[in-house]
Amino acid sequence: MRPGVALRTLVRATTRAVPTGAEGDQRPHHLVRTVGPVFNEHRMEPTLLTTRQMADFVTDGYLRFDALIPDRTNQRVLEEIARLEDERWAPEGLKPPDTRTPFAECYPEPSAIGEYLRHPTVQGIVASLVGLDCRFDHDFTHHLAAGSTYLQPLHVDAVMDSSDPAFDVQLFYFPHDVAPGEGGTRFVPGSHLHRVVSSGLDRYQRILGEEQFSGPAGTVMVFHHGMWHAGQPNPGTGDRWMHKVRLNPTKPQVRLWDTADLDELHNLPTDHVFATMAPDSVAHTFRRQHRWQSVNASRNEQIQRARLWRYLTGDDDYDVDHYLTRLELHMEVGSGG
Amino acid sequence: MVGERQQVLYLWASGSALDSPVVAWAFHDGSGGSGPPIPVDEPPYATGVAALQDGWFLLQSSQLVAPPPGQEHVNTFLDYEFVLERRIPCT
Repeated sequence: MRPGVALRTLVRATTRAVPTGAEGDQRPHHLVRTVGPVFNEHRMEPTLLTTRQMADFVTDGYLRFDALIPDRTNQRVLEEIARLEDERWAPEGLKPPDTRTPFAECYPEPSAIGEYLRHPTVQGIVASLVGLDCRFDHDFTHHLAAGSTYLQPLHVDAVMDSSDPAFDVQLFYFPHDVAPGEGGTRFVPGSHLHRVVSSGLDRYQRILGEEQFSGPAGTVMVFHHGMWHAGQPNPGTGDRWMHKVRLNPTKPQVRLWDTADLDELHNLPTDHVFATMAPDSVAHTFRRQHRWQSVNASRNEQIQRARLWRYLTGDDDYDVDHYLTRLELHMEVGSGG
Repeated sequence: MVGERQQVLYLWASGSALDSPVVAWAFHDGSGGSGPPIPVDEPPYATGVAALQDGWFLLQSSQLVAPPPGQEHVNTFLDYEFVLERRIPCT
């Protein structure tokens, strides 16, 4: 973590029993069944995200789950990703899945990477954001040797993406402790909905509110694909390892999470900061202004968050502070109704 | 022979004015370390004006360009960029 930057409130998934297959269960079939090999030899359902977590993801572009993966798996993964690094492009040896491989078929047992990916909370993250029928895009082992001075410029992992609200996710998994300042990934919360070209971000050496990951072994972060991020030097005495995997949705990402709290938190489109508003709602979360964002950028952010929430909820009338509705009313009036 | 080397400071502000709060920065030192560093504070200067008061000279500020139709509500790069320089005597 950079000096002077407060540690972000950690988002922890709670282990909740998710009803399965019960009569009247309206969830899509692919969420009800147990998908792929099981974790820890026990059949466990994915622990889906809550509406609050989804609203945080839309606002900040990421969620963080500290010490999620148990040490036994972490140790096995460290050995396996070291092999993957050595053998990925070798004639023989451990290979990553092919691009477009169904997620459930990636790293089959007894793979340690697969064991991590089949953790019920990881399954729940994936199910909630891109669906368990998503496809593998690619993965990579990010290894910073002790003493590495490599400073990666800030970037996004793509070219200029489209304006479609559909998104990929990237899982960042740190299988060992990462001390502050020792090679943790730098990232800029709230940057994911900015439309930029990757190399245009090189210029920003420091941004207020940016973070550098540090945390305990087994921590998993999930990023929206548009998140600005960068590798950092590792002045520590130990190597730093991180496994990153990108996943593509195959179906609309609509109401895939645990929506039990959606009615409670999903505000009316009339919710307006200068009129009447619910004190604890999705809109309240979407009004969060990151330290580096101007007033104008923050308002644009609200519009983009509301737009993404419309996609995620299927509610075409959703709004925060009347921005989208006002534009649509003007368009309707201007076109003669 | 006495010459000069340039230090360049980029500041990005939360508003279009030079006295708007700084939200991002970058420093490039052509003096090879012989010139003074920037303050260790985060940000190094609270505003562009504070940088002027510390001896920096403004080279350029970003133009105010209306977004093209259809892009009015799309965020892209940081909006308000100020480029400053400081010349360092060297031998």
